[in-house]
Amino acid sequence: MSAIPVTPLEDDDRPTPISSAPIPAAARPELALWVENLSVTFDGFKALTEVTLTLEKGELRCLIGPNGAGKTTLMDCITGKTRPDSGAVYLESRMNDLTKLSECRIAELGIGRKFQRPTVFQGHTVYENCELALAGKKGVFRTLFARLSAAERTRIDEILELIGLQDHAKRQAGLLAHGQKQWLEIGMLLAQAPSVLLIDEPIAGMTHAETERTAELLRSLAGAHTVVVVEHDMEFVRSIARRVTVLHQGKVLAEGPMAQIQKDPRVVEVYLGV
Amino acid sequence: MLLGGAALLIAVVIPLVAPDYLVPLLGKFLCFGIAALAMDLVWGYAGILSLGHGLFFALGGYGMGMYLMRVIAGEGVYRSNLPDFMVFLDWKQLPWYWHGFQSFPFAMVMSLVAPGVLALVFGWFMFRSRIRGVYLSIVTQALTYAATLFFFQNAAGFGGNNGLTDFKRILGASLHDPGTRKLLYVASAIALFGTYLLCRFVVTSRLGRVVTAVRDAELKTRFCGYESTNYKLFIWTLSAMLCALAGALYVPQVGIINPSEMQPSNSIEMAIWVAVGGRGTLGGAVLGAWLVNGGKSWLTAALPSAWLYALGALFVAVTLFLPDGLVGLGSKVGSKFRSKSLRPPT
Repeated sequence: MSAIPVTPLEDDDRPTPISSAPIPAAARPELALWVENLSVTFDGFKALTEVTLTLEKGELRCLIGPNGAGKTTLMDCITGKTRPDSGAVYLESRMNDLTKLSECRIAELGIGRKFQRPTVFQGHTVYENCELALAGKKGVFRTLFARLSAAERTRIDEILELIGLQDHAKRQAGLLAHGQKQWLEIGMLLAQAPSVLLIDEPIAGMTHAETERTAELLRSLAGAHTVVVVEHDMEFVRSIARRVTVLHQGKVLAEGPMAQIQKDPRVVEVYLGV
Repeated sequence: MLLGGAALLIAVVIPLVAPDYLVPLLGKFLCFGIAALAMDLVWGYAGILSLGHGLFFALGGYGMGMYLMRVIAGEGVYRSNLPDFMVFLDWKQLPWYWHGFQSFPFAMVMSLVAPGVLALVFGWFMFRSRIRGVYLSIVTQALTYAATLFFFQNAAGFGGNNGLTDFKRILGASLHDPGTRKLLYVASAIALFGTYLLCRFVVTSRLGRVVTAVRDAELKTRFCGYESTNYKLFIWTLSAMLCALAGALYVPQVGIINPSEMQPSNSIEMAIWVAVGGRGTLGGAVLGAWLVNGGKSWLTAALPSAWLYALGALFVAVTLFLPDGLVGLGSKVGSKFRSKSLRPPT
C-alpha cells in the first residue's frame, strides 16, 4: 500500500458510475465503451451475469479477478468472438450494438485486442506483421494491389523503434523470444490505431526490465486511447492502474480507484487473499 | 533470368527437338504443372488441404471436350448433328447446357467460369460454416466423389462412363497432326508460365501475406480487421479456375475426358505432387508434379502393378522425412554447405 506510483487523477474519487439502468445517449458523450447487462452461459455455466461496465475516453482500466471470473469471456464478447445470450456493447456514442457484428467489423470500428498467449503471424517477418496490422481498408481486391505508402513506412519504423524491435525487422516472428512476441503484438495493436485497446496479460513471460517498459508504454497510451488491461500480477496492476474493476464469478464485484479496491473487504476475501 | 531461360527451354527448344510421340506426354506434364500451382496456392499458402481439386480439373476438361464434340457435329459415326453418345441414347435434341459450345471462345469461358462458380458457391458455404482442417479435406473429397457418380450416369448428358472422345479438330487444325500437337504443347507452356507469374504476383502481394497469416493464425487476422472468409474464398476460387485451365489444355492432348478424371484418387495425387516438391514454393510444386508423373509414366510401363504401392510409399516417406519437400531438402543442404564453406580452416 505504501509505494504505489499512481498518478493522481482529478476524477479518482468520484462515485463509480455503475448502474444497470441504461444511460441516456445524451448523458454519455465521454464514454469510449459501454457494456450493458451482458450475460453469457456455456452449457449451463454462467460465465457472465448481467455485467455492466462503462469506460471513459482515454481511461486506463485494469480488469482483475480470480481464474474463471469471466475476464477473457468479457473480452471475447466485446470483440465479437463470443455471442452473449443477452446484453449489448456500444462503442463511443454510436448506437450500433457490437454483439451483432463480426470480429473484423469490430476491429475496423476501432477495437484492438492482444491475446493472452502472444499471437503473432509466425511465418512472417516482424516488419510484415506490422504491415498486416496497419489501419486501413482491408477488402480482398484492395489488399491484392496494396503497396506501402511512405507515411505507412514511417509509421512502421516508429512503432518498431517504440517496441524496441527495429533491429529485428527482417526476422521471422516465430523466432522471437517470448517477451519480444508480446511486444510485437502490442506494436501490431498500435499499428491498427484502435480507439480502444483490450490487452490480456501483457507481461506474462517478461523480465523485470521489460515489465517496467511495458508499464511505461501502457501509461503513455492512455489518454489518446482507452486501454483495458487484464492482469494477474498485482504489483503490475498497482503500478499502472487508476481505476480497477474486479470480476468474480461472472459478476462485477467492485469498481473504483486501486486504493479503495484494496481496502474493500469483499475483494480482499475473494481475490487479494491478504 | 533463370525463369526466362527455363521458359525458353521448355516452350521453344523442347518442341523442336523432342520426338513426336513424346510431345503430348510432355504437354500433359505442363498441364499437371499448372494444376500443381493451383493446388499449392490453396494448400501451401492458404493451408486449405483440398482433396477435390481433380473435380475442377475435370470440369475444365469437360468444357473443352464439349467444344471438341460440337465442332465436329455431323461428322460422327451416325452422321448426326448430335454427339454420337446422344444418338446412341436415342436423344433427339441437344440438352440446353450444350448450346453455345460449338463456339471456341464461349466454350473456353465456360470451362473456367463454370468450375469457378461451383467453387465460389461451395466454398462460400464451406468457409462460412468455418469448416477447416481434416473436415474440409473430407468434404471436398465427398464433393468430387459425388460428381464422379453424377457424371457416370448416361442421363447426365456428358457421355456417362465413356465420357467424351473421338475428337478430330481444334480451331480447324487436325488433332492427329504432329504440328497441332506441338502448338498445343506451346500453348500449355505459355499457360504454365502465365499461371506461374500470376501465382507469384498473388503470393508476393499483401493479399498473399494475409492469406498466409490466415493459415497461421486465422482469429488474429479477424481481430486485425480482415474478413478471413473472403480471403479464403478468393484464393480457393482462383485456384479452382487455374485447375480448370489445366484440365481444358489437357483434354485435346490426351484425346479423352471421362469421369475417372474426377476420381478421389486423382485429387489425392495432386496433393502428393505438391508435398513431394515442397508446399509453399511455386517452383517446388511444379517440380513435384513433373517428378511424380515422370515416375508414374516410367513405372506404369516397367512394373504396372507397382505404381500405387510406390505412390503410397512416396507419400509416407515425404511426410516422415521431407516435411518441406524436395525444395526444403535442397535449401537445407544448401545452407549446410554454405555454413561449412564459411567456417575458417583449422
